[in-house]
Amino acid sequence: MGSSLIDGLFVFMLAGFIGFEVIKRISPLLHTPLMSITNALDAIAVVGAIVLVGKHESRLSFILGILAVIAATSNIVGGFLITDRMVRMFKSSRPAKSN
Amino acid sequence: MIDFLGGQHFIELIYLVASALFILALKWMNTPVTARRGILAGETGMVLAIGGTLLQLGVDGKLQHLAIDYTWVMIALAIGTGIGVPLGLVQMTAVPQRTALSHAFGAFCVTLVGTAEFYLRTPNVQPLMMSVLCCEVILGGLTVTGSLMAAGKLQEVLPQRPITFKGQNLVNLVLFLVAVGIAAYLVHDPSATRLYPVMVGIALVFGVMLVIPIGGADMPTVISLLNSYAGLSAAAMGFVLNNKLLIIAGALDGSSGFILSVIMSKAMNRSFTNVLFGAFGQVAPAAAGAEEARPVKSASADEAAGILAAASKVVIVPGYGMAVAQAQHKVRELYDALTKRGIDVRFAIHPVAGRMPGHMNVLLAEADVPYDRLMEMDDINGDFAQTDVSLIIGANDVTNPAAKTDKSSPIYGMPVLDVEKSHTVMVIKRSMNPGFAGIDNPLYYMNQTLMLFGDAKAFVSNIVKELSGTHS
Repeated sequence: MGSSLIDGLFVFMLAGFIGFEVIKRISPLLHTPLMSITNALDAIAVVGAIVLVGKHESRLSFILGILAVIAATSNIVGGFLITDRMVRMFKSSRPAKSN
Repeated sequence: MIDFLGGQHFIELIYLVASALFILALKWMNTPVTARRGILAGETGMVLAIGGTLLQLGVDGKLQHLAIDYTWVMIALAIGTGIGVPLGLVQMTAVPQRTALSHAFGAFCVTLVGTAEFYLRTPNVQPLMMSVLCCEVILGGLTVTGSLMAAGKLQEVLPQRPITFKGQNLVNLVLFLVAVGIAAYLVHDPSATRLYPVMVGIALVFGVMLVIPIGGADMPTVISLLNSYAGLSAAAMGFVLNNKLLIIAGALDGSSGFILSVIMSKAMNRSFTNVLFGAFGQVAPAAAGAEEARPVKSASADEAAGILAAASKVVIVPGYGMAVAQAQHKVRELYDALTKRGIDVRFAIHPVAGRMPGHMNVLLAEADVPYDRLMEMDDINGDFAQTDVSLIIGANDVTNPAAKTDKSSPIYGMPVLDVEKSHTVMVIKRSMNPGFAGIDNPLYYMNQTLMLFGDAKAFVSNIVKELSGTHS
């Protein structure tokens, strides 16, 4: 258990640096869609909630798991939907070039 | 078949692919050209991870519960979708409160799972694991209520003015220390389960206390900060469940929120602690009353139209007031009318224009303003000296030259748009009342400034009429 936590810390550190480098390059034009898509990706917590429901170890954990699945799913669906709507609104005045 | 693929390794490999897709999703979000590809990558990763987890559940699940569990998971997914779809279809002006609400939902999920894990595992929890678990639920808990408060303020169901009282910071500090103290005790003695609800309760109260003293103008920073907290609490949940995909997604979200908070604080020339403990707007009204009514020059819609028609370079400076007046579509008509006459029209976007990072860009994109006409502050500030007309619509503090010259101004040091350098400045404003933060703007009394008094939507509409009427 202890060593997997340490493994996790390494993953966290690396992902944090990648996030920093990747997100620094994102145009301020898209900061609102950025926040809504990271919100949707963050809701991957749903897999933890599904496993919790699946393990069915106690009634409490089962019920909390169900509620957690609902909360996370609403973020996934709503987050991707609104990000897509926003991104589609951005149009250039120049004719689209292929690059 | 799944056994053949190697049980636990199967799902880990799927999570690995999903992690890569998540990182690519953010990488492709860097320009509007590739952003839709980014969304597709994110969605694919999400579907893979959820699908894989459901399959894994079939392999690992206890047989007697399996059918029931599947049914309930499906029902929960359906209900979540039912809540998510309307939240994905809100108006663009309502995106900030929607975002705050989704931070609350994300943190709610994390707090619930953390709570379930606590009761399942106590008293056999190692100290390190218990510390992470406590981090998860404290961060999650304060993000839930803090985000709900932020959403309430943005939706204007709660007062936007900061709510402050004497000794507020002391109370907050004590609350926080008590929560951390209980966490420390739980690390020492995991069997003290009766303390757990107290800790979560304090975290929930702390979230409320953290956001009530923060005024509407500081919302962009607060939303970003809560975004960061939501990400960090999800990463902590990843540690607890030993789920690396969750750790990665949480770290990405956490760093994204952190970067945005830094950008927002810089744009307001304020530190994190200043935003959290400063209660902006409380000190400002005193400064506003001191000014006697000074003479300003005003102009009518046809005069304004004449000046615009004679210009060759125009910069429009939109602020949240434009969105409040629902004037963005009229502003685009003005953009079209001027562009048709061969006038170069661009938009100067201050980082804190709007109620969340990048909000103004979305509002203008919705009105079909091409995104390559939307300029960041640093890119356009050098061009104001060559600009014939700057037209300010619903923006105030971000154009205030006092931020550069007047050391006594509450916004002194805040980076602002150098509109006063342009040949003519036109300001559409309802009246001479000071803006949101209650700070007087010397720009309005300058020689090159014309005040256009009226409702933003009606006034812009009149200018457009004049432009299309006089000349065709």
